[in-house]
Amino acid sequence: MASTIHIQVKRQDGPDKSARFETFDIDYEPGMNCTTLLQRIAATPVTTDGKQTSPVAYDACCLEEICGACTMVVNGKVRQACTALVDDLIKESPDLITLAPMTKFSTVRDLVVDRRRMFESLKRVSAWVELDDYSDRGASALVRPEDQEEAYPMSRCMTCGCCVEACPQFNEKSDFLGPQAITQAIMFNEHPVGGMTATKRLTALMEPGGIADCGNAQACVEVCPKEVPLLRGLAKAGRQTTLHAIKSFLSK
Amino acid sequence: MADQKVVVIGGGLAGLACSMQLAESGTKVQLVSLVPVKRSHSVCAQGGINAVNDSTRKEGDSEYLHLDDTVYGGDFLANQPPIKEMCDWGPGIIDLLDRMGVPFNRTVEGHRDQRRFGGTMFKRTAFAGATTGQQLIYALDEQVRFWESKGSIEKFEYYDFLGPVLDDKGVCRGAVIQNLFDMQVRTLPADVLVLATGGCGLVFGRSTMSMVCSGSACARVHRAGVGYANGEFIQVHPTAIPGTDKLRLMSESARGEGGRVWVPKKPGDDRDPVNIPTDERYYFLEERYPKYGNLVPRDIATREIFSVCVEQGLSVEQDKLCVYLDVSELPPTTLHKLDGILEIYEKFQGVNPREVPMKIFPAVHYSMGGLWVDFEKNEQTGGLVKGSVRNQHTSVPGIFAIGEADYQYHGANRLGANSLLSCIFTGMFVAPSLRNYLAGLSEGTAADQPASLYEKAAADHMAEHEALRNMSGPENPYHLHNELGDVMTRNCTVIRHNQPLTETVEKIIELIDRYKSIGLADQGGWTNQNLIFARSLADMLLLARNIAQGALQRDECRGAHEKPDFRIPAPDADSPAELHKQAKEWCKAFKTKNDKWLKTTVAEYSADGPKMKYEPVDLSLVPVRPRTYGLKGAEVIEQVWQEMTAGDADSSKPVATK
Repeated sequence: MASTIHIQVKRQDGPDKSARFETFDIDYEPGMNCTTLLQRIAATPVTTDGKQTSPVAYDACCLEEICGACTMVVNGKVRQACTALVDDLIKESPDLITLAPMTKFSTVRDLVVDRRRMFESLKRVSAWVELDDYSDRGASALVRPEDQEEAYPMSRCMTCGCCVEACPQFNEKSDFLGPQAITQAIMFNEHPVGGMTATKRLTALMEPGGIADCGNAQACVEVCPKEVPLLRGLAKAGRQTTLHAIKSFLSK
Repeated sequence: MADQKVVVIGGGLAGLACSMQLAESGTKVQLVSLVPVKRSHSVCAQGGINAVNDSTRKEGDSEYLHLDDTVYGGDFLANQPPIKEMCDWGPGIIDLLDRMGVPFNRTVEGHRDQRRFGGTMFKRTAFAGATTGQQLIYALDEQVRFWESKGSIEKFEYYDFLGPVLDDKGVCRGAVIQNLFDMQVRTLPADVLVLATGGCGLVFGRSTMSMVCSGSACARVHRAGVGYANGEFIQVHPTAIPGTDKLRLMSESARGEGGRVWVPKKPGDDRDPVNIPTDERYYFLEERYPKYGNLVPRDIATREIFSVCVEQGLSVEQDKLCVYLDVSELPPTTLHKLDGILEIYEKFQGVNPREVPMKIFPAVHYSMGGLWVDFEKNEQTGGLVKGSVRNQHTSVPGIFAIGEADYQYHGANRLGANSLLSCIFTGMFVAPSLRNYLAGLSEGTAADQPASLYEKAAADHMAEHEALRNMSGPENPYHLHNELGDVMTRNCTVIRHNQPLTETVEKIIELIDRYKSIGLADQGGWTNQNLIFARSLADMLLLARNIAQGALQRDECRGAHEKPDFRIPAPDADSPAELHKQAKEWCKAFKTKNDKWLKTTVAEYSADGPKMKYEPVDLSLVPVRPRTYGLKGAEVIEQVWQEMTAGDADSSKPVATK
């Protein structure tokens, strides 16, 4: 086992600054992940060639792959830094671990990117159940266990950004909603109460940047860390919007 | 009145519940969070949320028994009226979450399924797989996004809360916040500031808490005059997995679904655990606690792990507190309900826990203590007066605290699956109190304050920021943090002794001194995480001192605070007469201890260290009794205590003090 880990980090001081690469050597410890490497760099920000530098800026929160914060491109693959274990990474690439920010969002600094667009997408598709009020109205309707089993995997989406990073249709120039927001829209359409406002979501999915922009590359599902059934969501979005369009046409 | 608004700091379950409830009732909210609210630490909650339900009622359960379990589990240190109110609200809160679309697990007939959690005999815990916190926060996040789209809630994500704005009478008039991207400082004028900023696990270096759980926001209002209560009560969760960056929780739900904790009977047994026959395994929780088994409260389970590992030398890993948590014998349908946590174990440990027992360790997990808040008791119901401006109100007018940031709901030890309930309950319940406070402001509002009040507050914080940014001394803030975490974890967790605690306080004072000569590796003015961390380290040091000083002064054992030097020796005589006599002595000592220590610690801030005062606890609903959890030989203590307190209403029911 290597006693020293070599890491190359793509750095950028701000949104309008140019990017550069810095490499660091970190002492190996069993069980290390990429977040630990970044913590070690922060404590001693000295590059391999002995140059004092600033700590690398990065997002991190739960470190259990459930908050979605620490998404970045590790060894060329988008994923969470917390579950990117050094032992596995050096099997992929024995000489060098590379860390880079996601490319589909503007870089704030180093590995920190501005992902607010994904949350705005959730607004565009009304990704919520609209309630009359928050008073105590007793229990809701019974739910079939099979329906819960369908909804739960979709509800595990942590808006981390892996799917849109992999999606060839999603970029700063297009206003494509992306697989995550579309799948959330479908999840709420399939909810007994959420479904009452399905028209609103379907209308949003039929607007520019909606489901028609999906190129069916299926790259999204390959990188989703939570195995959210994105392809099912996209397929259903296609079907539901088509049906909705026919119905709207017939009722004219 | 119309333009009055509330600033909520923190977007976890408590902050989101409060924001949506205020928005619904027409009050504008500005919601401030270090991270996008959907990524708040509440996502880490796994096992579920407690409330009395139709199934438990059939077995005789009631809101009163939920109160009783919570109070007894917390070793009577919590004021009881707030807990009563919380337990009464429980069933309605779960129904509401259900209406919002939380995918709770279902029974064959389509009802919500429930599992059992620690410290109770009832299956009160509703759950969504083993990622309940994530599912609950997503539901509230969605509601808040709905109100955001309507213009009722404005979010300030990626902002740090620097401190409150107080007027010359010491009344809160707003907040100072800093953008974590461009580092600009700004003020949010408001008459109500709600702290919903969670716990302070980072004080212990590594814990199960997220990287944002430094306790900074609490420390910053503490410095401005808010009391910090029961800081010494820190929950060490019995089952976590170690990591170089943090410790990861393995939910109590693993045991709730039938998982068993054991060690090999032979010290240093290095066989593969799957090859160790059942009769060579020591299921120590089941043997020592026949009634509750693996689901004793967390403080007890953690101490028993300490006992078998340290005192009996049965740890699975040398020099560590490591035991097996075994779900490998559970049926696939049960394991499916635990997928969320089993995936975490598999991803980080590289071993499939469905086949091999998990190696688990205790880890700092939750702060029972927090900001001191008031309440107003409802004399008719025994609960709280809804809408009272005293509820959740700190000692600074206009500053309120909810969720893990307050100290109110868990006493000396929190029961599993009660935290999600306390977060959502306090968030929703405080809303009418905030509105009444706003309506009752008699001497002007934030809008009437001179602009200079806010300009000065912002300028003061900017000056502090600049001073910190230019620090170039020899001390490294990350190294100081490691030293703090080490000493706190070593001396201020499962077992506490006064000598090491004294040394801990001295060490913290030393670190506070060395902090004055830290140097920043990054002195830039853009997304400077080095500075943000260094600033929060000062706050961690402040809270650490409260925790260690509180622990040092409290000479007793209560819940998570265990000082072996002050244990009351358990009766152990063989003859019934002698046993009875010993039990009588035990109960006398127990009463003396409660007279002295059944009190809330309140730390007041001073530059020379905390000034501690002690407040009586409202015990008006559940009479105090020894906390024995069916430990062998406990029956005689319980019997003697009943004899002692029968007809002696004063000793079992101290007078309410509020």
